[in-house]
Amino acid sequence: MKAFKNILAGLAVAMVLFSCQDKQKPNYQFFPNMYAPVGYEAYGKSDAFANGMEAQLPVPGTINRDFVPYDYPNTPEGYAAARDSLKSPLEKNEVNLEKGKALFTIYCAVCHGDKGDGKGILVQNEKFLGVPDYSTRPITEGSIFHVITYGLNMMGSHASQLSSNERWEVTQYVEKLRADLMP
Amino acid sequence: MKNVILRSSFLYMLLAVLMVTLVFSQIASAQEGDPVAGKQLFNSNCAACHRVNQKLVGPALAGVTQRRTKEWLQKWIRNSSDLINSGDAQAKAIFEEFNKVPMTPFPLLSDADIDNILAYVEAPPPAPVVDTSVASTTAAPAEGSQNINQIVLAALVIVLLLLTVMLVLVRQILSKIAKANGIEITPTGRKPIWKAFAENQFLVLVTVVFLLLSSAYFAYGYLMQVGVDQGYQPIQPIHYSHKIHAGANQIDCNYCHSSARVSKTSGIPSLNVCMNCHKSIAEYKGETTAEYSKAFYDGEIQKLYKAVGWDPEVQQYSGETQPVEWVRIHNLPDFVYFNHAQHVTVGGVACQTCHGPVQEMEIMSQFSPLTMGWCINCHRQTEVKMDNNLYYEKIHEALSKKYGLEKPTVAEMGGLECAKCHY
Ligand code: HEC
Ligand code: HEC
Ligand code: HEC
Ligand code: HEC
Ligand code: HEC
Ligand code: HEC
Repeated sequence: MKAFKNILAGLAVAMVLFSCQDKQKPNYQFFPNMYAPVGYEAYGKSDAFANGMEAQLPVPGTINRDFVPYDYPNTPEGYAAARDSLKSPLEKNEVNLEKGKALFTIYCAVCHGDKGDGKGILVQNEKFLGVPDYSTRPITEGSIFHVITYGLNMMGSHASQLSSNERWEVTQYVEKLRADLMP
Repeated sequence: MKNVILRSSFLYMLLAVLMVTLVFSQIASAQEGDPVAGKQLFNSNCAACHRVNQKLVGPALAGVTQRRTKEWLQKWIRNSSDLINSGDAQAKAIFEEFNKVPMTPFPLLSDADIDNILAYVEAPPPAPVVDTSVASTTAAPAEGSQNINQIVLAALVIVLLLLTVMLVLVRQILSKIAKANGIEITPTGRKPIWKAFAENQFLVLVTVVFLLLSSAYFAYGYLMQVGVDQGYQPIQPIHYSHKIHAGANQIDCNYCHSSARVSKTSGIPSLNVCMNCHKSIAEYKGETTAEYSKAFYDGEIQKLYKAVGWDPEVQQYSGETQPVEWVRIHNLPDFVYFNHAQHVTVGGVACQTCHGPVQEMEIMSQFSPLTMGWCINCHRQTEVKMDNNLYYEKIHEALSKKYGLEKPTVAEMGGLECAKCHY
């Protein structure tokens, strides 16, 4: 009888211990002495700044590494100027094209389709409409770069995801797609 | 001679009449316009900026044929800036009203195309009502199988209950019969089983050993999972579903977690990335389940709008933003260094290897234990991709000469050195 009770008690303890595991809360930690950082965690809360966040906007005028100034303004006039006069600083070669293709597949193909015909998966699912076929637009490398940087109407800016150099690589690939689509 | 003239003029007249009717009938049919063909054209050309009943970049187009004349509309759609520059008052007014956003010119659309579009805009064909039926058919089989399971369980329970009741009844009847026949049932002289057990030392010893071992096993298991957050699944401030985004709509992981390619952290996307799509996607039209309804999902998208301060009515940002407090799930202790770019870009490891089938997760949870053993195991088993990698060419040569290795693993490249992960 005693053994039986022991078994029961053991089981009960085990059950209590395991049922404590609430999936929505982090688990217990054992002496978490060096687990939490002394510095502020990226995107974490912090009392160092007035708005209570660790992440702050850069000071106006800050230039980050790899930043290339872009002088064309986000206006219809800026678009026209970029289309007519902006030229790519990159050499046209296979390496850049390959990189551009990989980036295009990640960032543009959901809407524009792998071939650039405006039939990406979101368009096929009828979630996002009005994506043009590249061959129907009078675009140049300057205007493509301008559109990736600032967006155009319903297409958003992709400058936060792609560096200036990467945008030029994608531009090169878009030009190739457009040439392939041309009748 | 006369005859001939007459006949030919008669023929001409016939021809003329035919032509006129033909042209008229064509105009008549063109004026009707085909809303189905119009929908195609509208979706591929205009839907980026216009909705039928809702303001987007441009105005809602329902009722536009009453507001404007046909010639005006044709001129406008072919090239709106020409019309504005020609000094047309209506054109100027609407251009001003929409903050001078120029509409894309469509010089290639034919009259018939424009008529089709306008026909669609004025009378959109009713949307096919498949949505609800799809939802119900997908929900039904799951419910069905659950129901069957429950029925089987209930039946089993009832059978068991019946059996015990029958046993008790049979026993009662038997003892009654025995009494009626005058048979005395005397308890036999056997000891109760627990007493017999307690007196048998060998059995007690075995049991104690067994109990000790099993409780040690459980205690060990419990202690080893302290500090491991496998399965951790907190409630997020916005019910953002990877199943819908990365699964049903196949958005690449890197679209949102764009720093995984190039940096140590993978990062949570800032809300401007969400708005690249959600400026246009204001409501949820996909599959729903009993647990998550369309109204629920629409409410979640509204939460996103509230956080970025986007007003879908006027299609403008209000400037009042509110940070979303995502709850961090994967979190290594501060004394460990882990780099995403090194694994994803250089090593070519798929996100799913470490994060599990994310594209099937309605709610994000931690898939791997993220213990040191887990890291080391993988480093012991994974071969380094040396092919077409100039950087590794020399190392490979040296390694294969020194150790006779054909395919070095990460461990053999120094992936077990403490300082690689603990600095
Ligand atoms: C969320 C969907 C979406 C994504 C992602 C997207 N686009 Fe677009 N794109 C659009 C839409 C919609 C338009 C039509 C804009 C208009 O003309 O109003 C467009 C238009 C364009 C144009 C033609 C602009 C012009 O001058 O007429 C180019 C070039 C372009 N996109 C390139 C890209 C590239 C390169 C990427 C990837 C970095 C990309 N797009 C990603 C939706 C998208
Ligand atoms: C680049 C975005 C864009 C696209 C694409 C677009 N429009 Fe527009 N449209 C506008 C804007 C913006 C206005 C408001 C006037 C202005 O600012 O130029 C407008 C105005 C109009 C008007 C005038 C409405 C009124 O109340 O007078 C009509 C009609 C129209 N568009 C039809 C079309 C048709 C048809 C298509 C497709 C073939 C189309 N638009 C494609 C942006 C667009
Ligand atoms: C449309 C944008 C988007 C896409 C695409 C996307 N994610 Fe996420 N991901 C998020 C957001 C927002 C969060 C934070 C909310 C949450 O945890 O559910 C997140 C959270 C995560 C987390 C947990 C982060 C933590 O706190 O530890 C992981 C891991 C993750 N995503 C992996 C992936 C993988 C793998 C893919 C590709 C299959 C993917 N994501 C695609 C937006 C996205
Ligand atoms: C590449 C396009 C794209 C991006 C980027 C994107 N979404 Fe979505 N989102 C969609 C699509 C498509 C749907 C499904 C709409 C439907 O099925 O009708 C959706 C649905 C939703 C829903 C409703 C369903 C659900 O998951 O609960 C929410 C909430 C949502 N998105 C939030 C976000 C947030 C937050 C972000 C930024 C981290 C984001 N989205 C980024 C395309 C996108
Ligand atoms: C080799 C395993 C591995 C691979 C492959 C991997 N991750 Fe991670 N991921 C981790 C670990 C470990 C952490 C915890 C990092 C920390 O706490 O510093 C993490 C954290 C994250 C986070 C939380 C935020 C952060 O950066 O700390 C996100 C989001 C994420 N991963 C997304 C991705 C995406 C998207 C991919 C694919 C492009 C990916 N991961 C590939 C192991 C991996
Ligand atoms: C491949 C990466 C990697 C290497 C190599 C590695 N570790 Fe770790 N180590 C980790 C991770 C990840 C953790 C955190 C595990 C956790 O949080 O449960 C850890 C945790 C530890 C801890 C536990 C600290 C605590 O308080 O929980 C010790 C001690 C430790 N490592 C020592 C070492 C030593 C000694 C070596 C060299 C022989 C080494 N590690 C090599 C990844 C590594």
